Amino acid sequence: MSYKLKQYLLFAGVSTVIFACVVIIPFIYGLYLTFTSWDGVSRSKPFVGITNYVNAFADAGYWTSLGRTFIYSAIAVILVNAVAFIIAYMVTSGIKGQNFFRAGFFVPNLIGGIVLGYVWKFVFNKALVSLAGSISSGQAKSLLATETGAIAALIIVSVWQYAGYMMLIYVAGFMSVSEDVIEAAKIDGCTGTQSIIHISIPLMTASFVQCLFLTITRCFMVYDVNLSLTNGDPYGSSALAAMHVYNQAFVNKNYGTGQAEALILFVICAIIGGIQVYVGKKGEVQA
Amino acid sequence: MENEKAARNKKIRHAIMIIFLTLLFIAFVFPFIMVIINVFKVKADITANPLALIGKHGFTLENFPNAVKKMNFFLSFGNSLFITILSTIGTIILSSMTAYLIVRNNWKANKILFVLMIASMVIPFQVLMIPLVSLYGGIFGVLNHRITLIFMHIGFSLSMATFMFHGSIHTNVPISLEEAATIDGCNKWQIFSQIVFPILKPTIATVAIIDAMAFWNDYLLPSLVLGRKELYTIPIATKVFYGTYSTDTGLIMAALLLAMLPILLLYLFLQRYIVEGITAGAVK
Repeated sequence: MSYKLKQYLLFAGVSTVIFACVVIIPFIYGLYLTFTSWDGVSRSKPFVGITNYVNAFADAGYWTSLGRTFIYSAIAVILVNAVAFIIAYMVTSGIKGQNFFRAGFFVPNLIGGIVLGYVWKFVFNKALVSLAGSISSGQAKSLLATETGAIAALIIVSVWQYAGYMMLIYVAGFMSVSEDVIEAAKIDGCTGTQSIIHISIPLMTASFVQCLFLTITRCFMVYDVNLSLTNGDPYGSSALAAMHVYNQAFVNKNYGTGQAEALILFVICAIIGGIQVYVGKKGEVQA
Repeated sequence: MENEKAARNKKIRHAIMIIFLTLLFIAFVFPFIMVIINVFKVKADITANPLALIGKHGFTLENFPNAVKKMNFFLSFGNSLFITILSTIGTIILSSMTAYLIVRNNWKANKILFVLMIASMVIPFQVLMIPLVSLYGGIFGVLNHRITLIFMHIGFSLSMATFMFHGSIHTNVPISLEEAATIDGCNKWQIFSQIVFPILKPTIATVAIIDAMAFWNDYLLPSLVLGRKELYTIPIATKVFYGTYSTDTGLIMAALLLAMLPILLLYLFLQRYIVEGITAGAVK
């Protein structure tokens, strides 16, 4: 055995095998599955050509769920990052108790989506209904009972869940902007807001790219909160794309179509990721 | 005079920020407070007024032992712990070794592996879940084993962890140190295990925190791999429990609190390290 091969196997052999078994081979095998009609049980996987893709494109429910995912993600991503950025600015401005706030806002990230979803389900269905009932005399309705309400609830929970994590990334960004530059801007007559807009934000491009990438991918793939908070209710109107794919495969037993739909989701994610990295790189050069 | 004014302005600004953050903080902890005040009530009291601090029937501890028993808490806690610890250790060891090889050797195979790993980060889990079930369930028949889940956890987290170690080795490990060790007669493995790995401690901590949290809280993958009751992790146990007892609110509150408690307690003690670890992971 050559030296190179020995070294490779020693340091990356196991990694390569696991990575191939868990990511590469399933990905390729998944491509193959989109051309078969597998029922989930039998060993035979009859070849059906592009039928699954035709079905996927004809599946109105899929496109609705995808459109909904876009709307949900767009609003959630903007709100998460806006809230995270504002909090990050405040907890790096030298106020008392800033470490306490940093630690506190991060707490929702510790808890898994399933548990969070159930906690919020209780809050929306019981606590907030009761609170609203005690303020106004009429019968209050849960946010989760209407179509737009359920999506709004998902957005609220996402902002609550992710803002703390993104805050920490922005905090790191703020801390990497050197004091001297801010000081120099102040001497030149910059107000606080001006120095954020013209100095801090451009110098924090890397933080923005990272946070946007993380929030967009998380929002696009969200499943567990969707499952425990709304389970697609009312009447399937809050099912996001990930849930639709799961149900198509594991509930309706249309594995081939589900896989084709998942692959379309992948293409969308890859395009968004690509655009983002490209735009981010360009922005960084300017700064 | 000018200075005094500026100092006063600063004070006012800080006061406004603290008030704003406090209000936001209250909104942030509201869901947790709701769980905590209702966990000590009987069902009738929760239905009557979920906002009351204490119910009419008084304070009860009964929800806890019931929930522990019915959701098989200790068993699923043990499963979660076992899976999280082994997956995290595996990820750290394998990804740091791989990253070391990639950083220090400019070989074609390394480049291909690294490019594949980075590219794979945009693959949504939904693309892999159906083939995984088909391959590991249908063809190999190895579902329903904790080891299978650990294997998959490691596989999915390798890319990101290798990427992070790659950056860290690049910036933090001086090559002159390794050259000195080579002269002293160390081979590659000794250099890695005795010199490079210890230097990577801060990154190890960051990767451990991020991945352990992800493994502990993961639901979808474990739910696909672990179908047998005695293998359930905490998120699966909570899900199944909720489905069975969703009308018994007091019991549900206890189950949710139990599911959150281990990691919240851990956070209470390691809070500084966790926040620092995540913040450090962000600067790259």
